[in-house]
Amino acid sequence: MDADLSESLRQAVLDAMDLGTPLRIAGSGSKGFYGRPSSGNVLDTAGHAGILRFEPTELVLTARCGTRLSEIETVLAEYGQMLPFEPPHFGAKATLGGTLACGFSGPRRPFAGSARDCMLGCRILNGKGEILSFGGEVMKNVAGFDISRLMVGAMGTLGVILDASLKVLPKPERELTVSFEQSMEEALNAMNRWCSEPWPLSGLAYDGSRIHARLAGSDRVIDAVYGKFGGDVLKDGDAFWQDLREQRHEFFRADGNLWRLSLAPATPVLDLSGVWFYDWGGALRWLKTDAPSETVFRAAQAAGGHATLFRGHSGDGRVFQPLPDSLNALHANLKRAFDPMGLFNPGRLYENF
Amino acid sequence: MAYRVHPSERIPHHVDRNRFLRLLSERIKPDGLLFDTEDLRPYECDGLSAYRELPWIVVLPETVEQVQTVLKLCREEGVPVVARGAGTGLSGGALPIANGVLLSLAKFSRIIEINRANRTARVQPGVRNLAISEAAAPYGLCYAPDPSSQIACTIGGNVAENSGGVHCLKYGLTVHNVLQVRVVTMDGELVTLGGSGFDGPGYDLLALITGSEGLLGVIVEITVKLLPIPPCAQVLLASFDSVEKAGRAVAAIIGAGLLPAGLEMMDNITIRAVEDFVHAGYPTGAAAIVLCEFDGIAEQVESDLLKARDIFRAEGATEVRQSTSEAERKTFWAGRKAAFPAAGRISPDYYCMDGTIPRKRLPEVLRRISELSAQYGLIVGNVFHAGDGNLHPLILYDANNPGELERVEELGGKILEACVEVGGTITGEHGVGIEKINQMCVQFRAAELAQFLAVKAAFDPAGLLNPGKAVPTLHRCAEFGAMHVHRGQMAHSDLERF
Repeated sequence: MDADLSESLRQAVLDAMDLGTPLRIAGSGSKGFYGRPSSGNVLDTAGHAGILRFEPTELVLTARCGTRLSEIETVLAEYGQMLPFEPPHFGAKATLGGTLACGFSGPRRPFAGSARDCMLGCRILNGKGEILSFGGEVMKNVAGFDISRLMVGAMGTLGVILDASLKVLPKPERELTVSFEQSMEEALNAMNRWCSEPWPLSGLAYDGSRIHARLAGSDRVIDAVYGKFGGDVLKDGDAFWQDLREQRHEFFRADGNLWRLSLAPATPVLDLSGVWFYDWGGALRWLKTDAPSETVFRAAQAAGGHATLFRGHSGDGRVFQPLPDSLNALHANLKRAFDPMGLFNPGRLYENF
Repeated sequence: MAYRVHPSERIPHHVDRNRFLRLLSERIKPDGLLFDTEDLRPYECDGLSAYRELPWIVVLPETVEQVQTVLKLCREEGVPVVARGAGTGLSGGALPIANGVLLSLAKFSRIIEINRANRTARVQPGVRNLAISEAAAPYGLCYAPDPSSQIACTIGGNVAENSGGVHCLKYGLTVHNVLQVRVVTMDGELVTLGGSGFDGPGYDLLALITGSEGLLGVIVEITVKLLPIPPCAQVLLASFDSVEKAGRAVAAIIGAGLLPAGLEMMDNITIRAVEDFVHAGYPTGAAAIVLCEFDGIAEQVESDLLKARDIFRAEGATEVRQSTSEAERKTFWAGRKAAFPAAGRISPDYYCMDGTIPRKRLPEVLRRISELSAQYGLIVGNVFHAGDGNLHPLILYDANNPGELERVEELGGKILEACVEVGGTITGEHGVGIEKINQMCVQFRAAELAQFLAVKAAFDPAGLLNPGKAVPTLHRCAEFGAMHVHRGQMAHSDLERF
């Protein structure tokens, strides 16, 4: 199963350069729904798999892009550790490479960091068929530009992440989920108030009628904190957070486009039609709506944030928040710096590259 | 000494200084333009004071529009620009360029907003690091990254260098604590990177600009994340009779699932120097001490301290002390925080290195450093952010002895190369600047350096922003490589030699 396909992937890029045909990078395909459609021959990265190094006392794990998230999480769990950003899988075969390329982070993100926060280093294959190493396997490294973190969320448009080194963290000894019934406005107030106080939180979401708060720590801590924090204890708290992370919660099954809005957490309730589910203490807002994309993009921008059409169809082909011209020009320049022939996932992120 | 610019990194121009000053004076008030030698003198170096260069002109803009006009003008005329905050950087990143503008952001010193509900601070780049935490304190909030220079260093410089501090292991580096920046590009365009939430649209240019050492743009506004002030913090001081044992104890702490807010180590030379200086009650007979701090809610801190104490004892600590009050906690830290000035007391000069290594390689790297120290006849003390593997060897020397600084630099270079050999890096938090630019040729191959240069060109095609810093030209590496044959292999053998 585990294999180093760096050379054959490199050869595929060199061939694509010769032919001038673009490449569509795909691992297990679990995130194929995400982003704009892209054309080209499939560059299959699923076979380039395997955990390369894992040192529990260094809190660092290095794995090839095709390694399944489930395998990584199993190995980490054996040592009482975890991926801090609690990534969604969206499929049993989800790979590390796709998760990083999409830059997906789950409910723990506000409290333990995002996918890009955990990225320490990577080897990439750029659009000139060169294999390059950036960052490393150490926590602190400021030698050269931070290309590793730039790769996270770039949707594969800058290069193929061949392997990546990630910071991992010890799992909390225990977690307890409690819930409170609240109106939307009150929920935002409460979640933001708790975040400005030193509670040992590891999750904070609002499903439209109840706040769910996850507390993390040692047994003693949880007992002591629960006494002060209160709320109704959820029997199977883990299931709630997994369903939220994997979008299996009832909210996600309703009809309509699914939008992801990233906003300052205390932003008042936005005036958009549809139903909401708040995660990250209000900083990540899921919206089910039939509103036109222009309306959603405008509302997100007016609130100082940005919107992404996570699942569904916008009608106008736009998925990611339109960029101001100067910023879009910088994006196009960077794309050329990594992939001068425009081989990787053309149009997957923005139409012009 | 004067810094010798590598010929391939020089940006030549024939702009007449008086004409350029006239153009600037149409846009900048007289007190924001410095050009007399005596006025330029305070800007001739940053924290790496071994190297000095008088800037051509110093400009102190007051508004974003002025920064835009200055950069546009420099772009049109082909004049290089070096941005500067408080000038506390240790790698020469703000060293001026003889024919370039030194753009000081000192007048951008306003805290624009502390947003209590969103736990953010929106500040200008010239605001001091500590001033942010001070302004946030009334709301029970603080800004986590705390570089040792936090009294003086500015947040703009922190972003440019991706500064760390003693609390990185738990709270992250600058890159983990900045939400949004506004940047003026070399074309004079104002762009916003990041978002008001936890991420921004498109490429993560916020991560890219953080730590880019002033090569990609000039940061004019920063929004940082604020965290609740931990209600409780206590520190353990563990003594060891060997550096190896101390190193193993550090690994055991991490392996046990503990996440200290700070995990620091120092060797005997440093212990004795700081004890003479601040009388922190450090055990001067110990080969190494480890400081291990936990913060958070009281119950968590108590249970973590118990576990850590047991681990230190099991790993052979000769003594474990625990701070019992806030005053005692501060005394324990006073020694660590005074490590650099203490070195300055026992030696006329010292040179601070900044390599990072995987923690488990610590004993062998320390052995290598002591071998090199003997070989060069220079004393090296070691202070170590043990939790995240960041070494700060302090080389003691006397700049008045002819040739000594050159030997120090060579020794420093060898130490960094030893870090790279064990899978580490030449700089954990101080930046490359001019100081480690040659070692960049050791850490990276030509293809990676070419990729860095392509990224640089995507932002600044004419190469006017902070030239000669952070990313070496391939020509520089070809020459440096010719002198550094590594394991019989010539570095950059794919490059032409001249």
